[in-house]
Amino acid sequence: MAHNQDGNQKQVHYVGDSRVRVNSKEMLPPDYSQFPGKTEQFFPDFLLKEWMVAAVFLVGFMTLVMAESPPLGDIADPTNTGFLPVPDWYFLFLYQLLKYKWAAGPFISIGIIVVPGLLFGGLMLAPFLDTSKERRPLKRPATTWIAILSLLGVIGLTWAAEAEHVIQVSSSSGTPAKDKKIVAEQDKGYELYKKNACIKCHGDKLQGVQGPPLLGVGDRTKGEDEKLTRKDIEHIIDNGRGAMPAGMFQGSEADKQVLLNWLMQQKQK
Amino acid sequence: MLRAVYKWVDERLDVTPIWRDVADHEVPEHVNPAHHFSAFIYCFGGLTFFVVMIQILSGMFLAMYYVPDIINAHASVKYLQTEVAMGTIVRGMHHWGASVAIVMLFLHTLRVFFTGSYKNPREFNWIVGVLIFFMMLGLGFTGYLLPWDNKAYFATKVGIQIAESVPFIGSYLATFLQGGDMVGATTIPRFYALHVFFLPAGLLGLLATHFILIRRQGISGPL
Ligand code: HEC
Repeated sequence: MAHNQDGNQKQVHYVGDSRVRVNSKEMLPPDYSQFPGKTEQFFPDFLLKEWMVAAVFLVGFMTLVMAESPPLGDIADPTNTGFLPVPDWYFLFLYQLLKYKWAAGPFISIGIIVVPGLLFGGLMLAPFLDTSKERRPLKRPATTWIAILSLLGVIGLTWAAEAEHVIQVSSSSGTPAKDKKIVAEQDKGYELYKKNACIKCHGDKLQGVQGPPLLGVGDRTKGEDEKLTRKDIEHIIDNGRGAMPAGMFQGSEADKQVLLNWLMQQKQK
Repeated sequence: MLRAVYKWVDERLDVTPIWRDVADHEVPEHVNPAHHFSAFIYCFGGLTFFVVMIQILSGMFLAMYYVPDIINAHASVKYLQTEVAMGTIVRGMHHWGASVAIVMLFLHTLRVFFTGSYKNPREFNWIVGVLIFFMMLGLGFTGYLLPWDNKAYFATKVGIQIAESVPFIGSYLATFLQGGDMVGATTIPRFYALHVFFLPAGLLGLLATHFILIRRQGISGPL
């Protein structure tokens, strides 16, 4: 066996009977005596205190988990053309970038190679681009400014994506109805609908003319997984939305409720 | 008794140096929040690791119920969330944990960047860190599809369209991700495998490298 303890200094020592050399040098961590101050043993002193940070963090995290149950929409339906796709929030900046004309279509390489390449390439190669010894951010203004501007850019794009998505969701005309029949044609609600301006924009058969079809508004989703409620419709009628002007309904409050009742009956599925 | 067992194991396996190596190092004052409250910025890295652990543990439990195919994926998530005891909480931890992990990772990156800690001699560990960031984004992207609801499906479709528009390799990339020419039956098992085997394996390897390098080089000094 190569393993020997006979004190022959010259002989190489191996671990057991393998050819791996015994590493007599301990793997000593760098010495912190160069940093004056109260250094502390990692184990157990520091770790015992660090648990507190983890515990506080965990409490906050579990509070979030308990407060908001994770969303689950309807099962994926590839034929659902009205669905507005939205990636998880940390991809929004890229998603938004590719919507701009100068970064899409013929210029797609700008949106998909040049800008992300500069961003992530710059991030990756930061140690080789900023090779000065100086570590304080204020003492290396170029690096700091580039970083802050890129950061603002990413935040701005994310914000723009989110804002645009909110607008799109609120003005999407929901899922188009598959069935093309008006529910309860004899209802007084339909009379009111015809008497008011609604019919000009939404059509005599609710098929939609200048406005979106109202067939099936009764169980329509707005954008993602939320239902378009009676309250929403009332709000649209009172205040208008997008290209639909406010105050299109002329009549008593009671009549408006009749119209709303009838609209909510329009369920096609 | 415990001591005797430890001694028995230690005589044979010589475990003392291994854990001593992890335990015996000094934590300098400038990173210790007990001395300077502002040093809490040095906690982000550790907290990221903590969230990654939460993700791995909650993910292992989710995998007990999740079925990666187009017919059962959505139903299994729904079942998990509505029928299984604590199902909502475990899925909630994994769902929100994904976002929190990205936030923590981002804060950690900012801390390292603005304290200039990526500089000589730590260039290599910075690169490993950026690769960890990419792995986490990959995990986020592949995990988003798995519940197979409309949001998941359409977001993935858009994501793959973006991948497809990469010059030259785009169409290969899209075919690889979809496992065919559309997002469908072959995509879910593929994303699932990436999400639970390939990417976590890569992530753990990178994390190990990250930590070994930190032990080798120590934490960067005060500004
Ligand atoms: C000037 C044309 C016009 C008139 C008149 C009009 N609408 Fe609209 N309506 C629209 C447009 C355009 C939209 C889509 C708004 C958007 O894009 O945000 C809309 C949207 C709606 C929606 C929402 C549909 C959805 O899927 O989200 C409802 C409900 C609605 N209108 C009901 C009515 C009713 C009831 C009346 C009559 C009191 C009426 N509208 C009169 C143009 C009109």
